[in-house]
Amino acid sequence: MTIKEKQDAIVEEFSMFDDWMDKYSYLIELGKELPAIEEKYKDPQHLISGCQSRVWLHARHDEDGKIYFTADSDAVITKGIVSLLIKTFSGYSANEILNTDMNFLEQIGLKEHLSPTRSNGLLSMIKQIQLYARAFKLKENN
Amino acid sequence: MSYDIQKIRADFPILRRQINGKPLIYFDNGATTQKPQQVIDCISNYYLHQNSNVHRGVHTLSQEATDLFEGAREYVRQFINAEETNEIIFTRGTTESINLLATALKPWIVKGDEILVTAMEHHSNFVPWQQLCEKRGARLKIVPINRNGELDLEFLEKMMNPYTKLLALTHVSNVLGTINPVKKIIKIAKDKGIPVLLDGAQAIAHTKVDVQDLGCDFYAFSGHKAYAPMGIGVLYGKFNWMRRLPPYQFGGEMIDEVTFEKSTFNELPFKYEAGTPNVEGALALETALRYINETGIDAIRQHEDKLLAHAETKLSAIEGVRIIGTAKQKTAALSFVVEGIHPYDVGMLLDKMGVAVRTGHHCAQPLIDFLGLPGTVRASFAMYNTKEEVDLFADALVKVVSMLK
Ligand SMILES: Cc1ncc(COP(=O)(O)O)c(C=O)c1O
Repeated sequence: MTIKEKQDAIVEEFSMFDDWMDKYSYLIELGKELPAIEEKYKDPQHLISGCQSRVWLHARHDEDGKIYFTADSDAVITKGIVSLLIKTFSGYSANEILNTDMNFLEQIGLKEHLSPTRSNGLLSMIKQIQLYARAFKLKENN
Repeated sequence: MSYDIQKIRADFPILRRQINGKPLIYFDNGATTQKPQQVIDCISNYYLHQNSNVHRGVHTLSQEATDLFEGAREYVRQFINAEETNEIIFTRGTTESINLLATALKPWIVKGDEILVTAMEHHSNFVPWQQLCEKRGARLKIVPINRNGELDLEFLEKMMNPYTKLLALTHVSNVLGTINPVKKIIKIAKDKGIPVLLDGAQAIAHTKVDVQDLGCDFYAFSGHKAYAPMGIGVLYGKFNWMRRLPPYQFGGEMIDEVTFEKSTFNELPFKYEAGTPNVEGALALETALRYINETGIDAIRQHEDKLLAHAETKLSAIEGVRIIGTAKQKTAALSFVVEGIHPYDVGMLLDKMGVAVRTGHHCAQPLIDFLGLPGTVRASFAMYNTKEEVDLFADALVKVVSMLK
């Protein structure tokens, strides 16, 4: 599956919810199911700034050239959102990640979370994911 | 006369808004209050009929604008019962009022001096003093609070010594809702010759403020937390203080005479109002304070106390909810946490149901750290909120908790 296909699947999933409660209940579920990040990565270095709740994001660059993300947050909705991102981007190469647009978030009605003034920092999370991808790409090229 | 809540609500057009398909329940009044039509009209009327720069022109409009502007100052004086009109300095808000004072007091604070603040201060009444102390080699001492969110007066008194140059404390806590016994505290400080600044940001719209009765030297507040627009606020400073302190900013309005060699400064309050002031803000502030007066500050206080008591009863009945701040004297603000749930999640979902609350550290990080919390959810009330809204809010909260549990 490509990233695009994964995103389409998420959009499809979200299109079945007809009210906000179902949608947020689903996000909460996702948040609760998110595999735990290793405790040692919950440090200031992995903390994403710009979030009212704290978010930690860690990326691992595997020998297969793919990037794997783990994350955590102390707020469960934020965790659900970061979980969506990780589901989408984990297991792809830096190039694949950098060449994907983020329209799917709008399509699933999370656009309100995208504004830079929103304190959940979804935008910061996306930036951080891209930053990791860029850094790993630089390393590959060296 | 009974409190005519429907008439009041009708004056606030924004209350008719829907949020996420639900009628707005605005419980973020501690951050800023909504504005009545009278205040909104005052601003547009000013630009429709009087706009012109103040204290400058010989022409009719400028005269009118100046008279209105100075009339607003006089009204503020009456509202807080200051002795003299020139003790009322217009600023952008509480934050600027406090920064103004901290800058003006700078030469007076020397190495070894001490400034007292409390553990419940907003950053606005904390960071300026921390900075001043750092720059001048003075010590910032923090007056602790007890578990209920109250100051220990005996301890406070013990912290005062001959090096104490200022006590800066909040009249009402924006997080805990505690009304500090400021009159008593000021008396203790006065007996030791220590001047007192009160941060009145959370008090001015909720309780009677009489600066002469309180005896404070300085009092700061923001218009926007009292039904006036953003960008206007007040520093009350006793004449005998402000007369002797140096200016804050330099430019037009604040000078008396300027030559290439030297400038002399204008008299109070203009010494502290460099540049073109926020004229429409001052007029709208007068309108807002008149609105409070006509409603009656005591009636407002009673109404809000009832809302607070009702909200505390309702929330206490919800499993997992813990109220933060249980001082005997409280007003208008109710902070709480839900066991095992992050405040952010609560606020997010309440918003989906049309309820606007504040979440986080409320610009009082030292306090939140002291309480050992990740933040709180705060519902804060104003004169236009109703018991029915509190009920709807409590129902919404039950739903939120069940979603997140
Ligand atoms: C107690 C207290 N002090 C100061 C302020 C700062 O007020 P402003 O942002 O209007 O300057 C606030 C506002 O949140 C407050 O609650």
